[in-house]
Amino acid sequence: MVFLPQDRPEQSAVAAFVRSRLLPNSYDVVAFALVIATIALVLRGSHEMRASLDALQMAPVSLDIGHLPEYALRTTLRMFAAIIASLIFTFIVATLAAKSKRAELVIIPALDILQSVPVLGFLTFTVTFFIGLFPGSQLGAECASIFAIFTAQAWNMAFSFYQSLRTVPNDLDEVSRGYGLSAWQRFWKLEAPFAAPGLIWNTMMSMSGGWFFVVASEAITVGNTTVQLPGIGSYLALAIDQKNFTAVAWAVLAMAVLIVLYDQLLFRPIVAWAEKFRFEQTASQDKPRSWVYSIITRTRLLKRLMIPFGWAWDRLMLIRLDGGRTRARSAEVGRASRVIDYLWLVLVLILTAWGAWIAFDYMRQTLSWSDAKEAFGGGLVTLLRVVILIAVASVIWVPIGVWIGLRPAVAERVQPLAQFLAAFPANVLFPFAVVAIVATGVSPNIWLSPLMVLGTQWYILFNVIAGATAFPTDLKEAASVYQIRSWTWWRRVILPGIFPYYVTGAITASGGSWNASIVAELASWGDTKLEAYGLGAYIAKATEAGDFPRVVLGIAVMSLFVTLFNRTLWRPLYVYAERRLRLD
Amino acid sequence: MNIIAKDTPLVTVKGVKQSYNNGASVVLDHVDLTLRPAEIVGLLGRSGSGKSTLLRTIAGLIRPTEGSVDFEGEPVTGPRSGIAVVFQSFALFPWLTVLENVELGLEAQGVVPAERRKRAIAAIDLIGLDGYEGAYPKELSGGMRQRVGLARALVVHPKLLLMDEPFSALDVLTAETLRTDLLDLWCEGRMPIEAILMVTHNIEEAVLMCDRILIFGSNPGHVIGEIKVDMPQPRNRLDPAFRALVEDIYSRMTTRTGAAVPAREGLFPGTGIAMVLPRVSTNELAGLIETVAAKPYDGKADLPPLAADLRLDIDDLFPVAETLQLLRFAELEGGDLRLTAAGKRFAESEVDERKRVFAQQLATYVPLAAHIRRILDERPSHKAPARRFRDELEDYMSEEYAESTVKAIISLARYAEYFAYDEEADLFTLENPS
Repeated sequence: MVFLPQDRPEQSAVAAFVRSRLLPNSYDVVAFALVIATIALVLRGSHEMRASLDALQMAPVSLDIGHLPEYALRTTLRMFAAIIASLIFTFIVATLAAKSKRAELVIIPALDILQSVPVLGFLTFTVTFFIGLFPGSQLGAECASIFAIFTAQAWNMAFSFYQSLRTVPNDLDEVSRGYGLSAWQRFWKLEAPFAAPGLIWNTMMSMSGGWFFVVASEAITVGNTTVQLPGIGSYLALAIDQKNFTAVAWAVLAMAVLIVLYDQLLFRPIVAWAEKFRFEQTASQDKPRSWVYSIITRTRLLKRLMIPFGWAWDRLMLIRLDGGRTRARSAEVGRASRVIDYLWLVLVLILTAWGAWIAFDYMRQTLSWSDAKEAFGGGLVTLLRVVILIAVASVIWVPIGVWIGLRPAVAERVQPLAQFLAAFPANVLFPFAVVAIVATGVSPNIWLSPLMVLGTQWYILFNVIAGATAFPTDLKEAASVYQIRSWTWWRRVILPGIFPYYVTGAITASGGSWNASIVAELASWGDTKLEAYGLGAYIAKATEAGDFPRVVLGIAVMSLFVTLFNRTLWRPLYVYAERRLRLD
Repeated sequence: MNIIAKDTPLVTVKGVKQSYNNGASVVLDHVDLTLRPAEIVGLLGRSGSGKSTLLRTIAGLIRPTEGSVDFEGEPVTGPRSGIAVVFQSFALFPWLTVLENVELGLEAQGVVPAERRKRAIAAIDLIGLDGYEGAYPKELSGGMRQRVGLARALVVHPKLLLMDEPFSALDVLTAETLRTDLLDLWCEGRMPIEAILMVTHNIEEAVLMCDRILIFGSNPGHVIGEIKVDMPQPRNRLDPAFRALVEDIYSRMTTRTGAAVPAREGLFPGTGIAMVLPRVSTNELAGLIETVAAKPYDGKADLPPLAADLRLDIDDLFPVAETLQLLRFAELEGGDLRLTAAGKRFAESEVDERKRVFAQQLATYVPLAAHIRRILDERPSHKAPARRFRDELEDYMSEEYAESTVKAIISLARYAEYFAYDEEADLFTLENPS
């Protein structure tokens, strides 16, 4: 790309015209290209989404490489739709939970449980539901796929937003009340900006998980219904079916390109822009950079064209629905309000009990206690796998992460790679493992297991790197002055120092591994099917057979395991790390 | 300002009471005050005396549990135009530029963008921030940030300006410049403000700026005295009349009203084990004893020069001095701090002897410490959960006070090696880790 040198003011009439800020500058050209390309792609992709299911049958997914860019586009649009849906969900539900005590009572425990429900388990119901909603159109299957990605990211985004809203600084809250901001203005001036950094970070983390699910949810078989939506996931599924190694490799490449583009064109600019929302009183040293963001901020005409939007936004901010009156807050809670609180709590409990009974009753009709025993036994095996794999991954990646993190030059190069690997959907790589297992004839019960952490171990690595990078220099110096070495150094200095980061990474990794078990414990290559005994395989088989009661049972048992695992291990560790080992 | 307007009060506060937890903790009680046009009134009191709560009640941010606040003859039921607040922490939105921060209040009033900009720029110019319109708060120094806070308040053309310790987060020099600038604007009548109410714990600041000072007492907060300051502006800190007034306020603030307080109970609220203790570092206690024992004080110090000498605010000095009084290391009287025999002995001793003296005073004069020690002695395990004592205290005081009182006792007892505390297990024990 060519950047014209800055004209000196007296040089020409053109220069004067440029300075009048109407003529586009070179940055405008680049920015316009990006904008127009995006609009064109979105229009094209979304038009195809509305095509009928018959059209899909007429032109099924093919392994022709020429189709791959289009498939990539469709996959990207699904991610995009899901993220917008998640944002809307977050803004509404999390705000409701933060503002209303009664809504909070229902929403927060619900989010907590939903976080532990295996996303892929959902697919069974959602596909049936959405296809019923849009009969004969691809839109139903599209919605099911989008919903799967949505369920992978909405909960923790909502949690993050809720937590931010609860911790809005008191003085800013008083300013916005004191100067009489409306609830609408307050949301956009105070709450949303304050929550932005946390929300964006969580969205990025969710996106990492999202790629996994978009791949898994494009080619869906539920009982007799098989849908293959055009996308990288379907392309991959077909390649596996036809044992086409070259196609698998192309899919891997396409996926990698997609993730890099998404990161560069969407997230980097957002992170760079959101830097100003970080709640700190001093300017930080190293700011996140993005070339796309720099180009946009340097454009001239594009900014001009945005002025009407800015004007509309300004007007929108002036809308008031509350008649311009803010009420003083009372320090004491009224008696009547407390009675209603109790009634509400009772109502919620009754509804919960009723719901539990309905679910139990539904499963009781077709399932016996031996089914429950089978699912539970599978759960124990999968739990054992998760525990061992996280332990093994920790033993491997913690020392490596520390080594990298303490060397800033290395960390700078490795960190983006680790983040990329975390985002890369590991299920794309499964075929290679399956072929290897089949070829060597080893036990799938053991060797399918590593697939569960294939994609999630990177969370441990990059969090540990982040922790080691952030480790204070004075403590490092103190440790070397007093010649603290070897095991003592690990035990007393660096492990406590990175522990909060490690726990964050391990929680994400373990959550992801549970989800991955549904795909990893039952893998195939052509006609060859490999199966490892476990809850993931139980759910996967029930899904394939369209056996709804068993899917429900499997999901319920997995949610139970994940919730208990989180409550008994990860949460106490997290609280401990936050309380005792925070360095700031 | 005409004479009739001068007589109609701008704000009337009548019988305001503010309580939390169903009346378990009372922050304000029976507060009455009147603000008239053309005056700067100072609310002077210690931290935790509820003066900020009163300010927020007048601003309409908090509804009083009892009593009423009237602004221009109308009851205040919520934040309203005509009242603006300046905050101790500046409370600027870090993601908005200086200009956008200043425009905020106008935006809330629905003023259209062009008009908003015009008025905001005028306010920014008035307060001396020209050229910083596009800067973000994090790029500014503390003094500049508080100027933004002031411009944001002035731009909405308030009649009443409420300021919550506006200069206490700034360094000495910056604070002084800002005070002078504000007084200049006020005296020259360049601000559209009719009256200012400022909360402060800095005595000199109050005497320097205010026409009237209301001294605020704690537990619960109430007005214990009113002082008119008749000196003309600009005032000189070295003026004898200025010094005398500062001295007078010091002695008023160290004497508890109601006089007949049993000497044993000192100045802290609550009696016996239920006494609320301030959290004071034992280093400061020892340091203050040493300073007063040494020259030029020789065992007796006048508080204003002592505070100036140690560069301490009354908020820092008073809790230390009062804890010394509680432990009978010193006596506070009429603005003086005088060491007792125990205090002198402490000053002259070595570390081990100091600890012994300290433990003795703690056992004799701090009922809660003696209470914990007795229970530890009685138990065969010599261990007791701290939770138990916090619960016990919560019968008399709020959860927060109970928590901080237990922390205060831990710090004192650790220094005296009177008993130990294991934070991990939240346990009081008799053994110190060997």
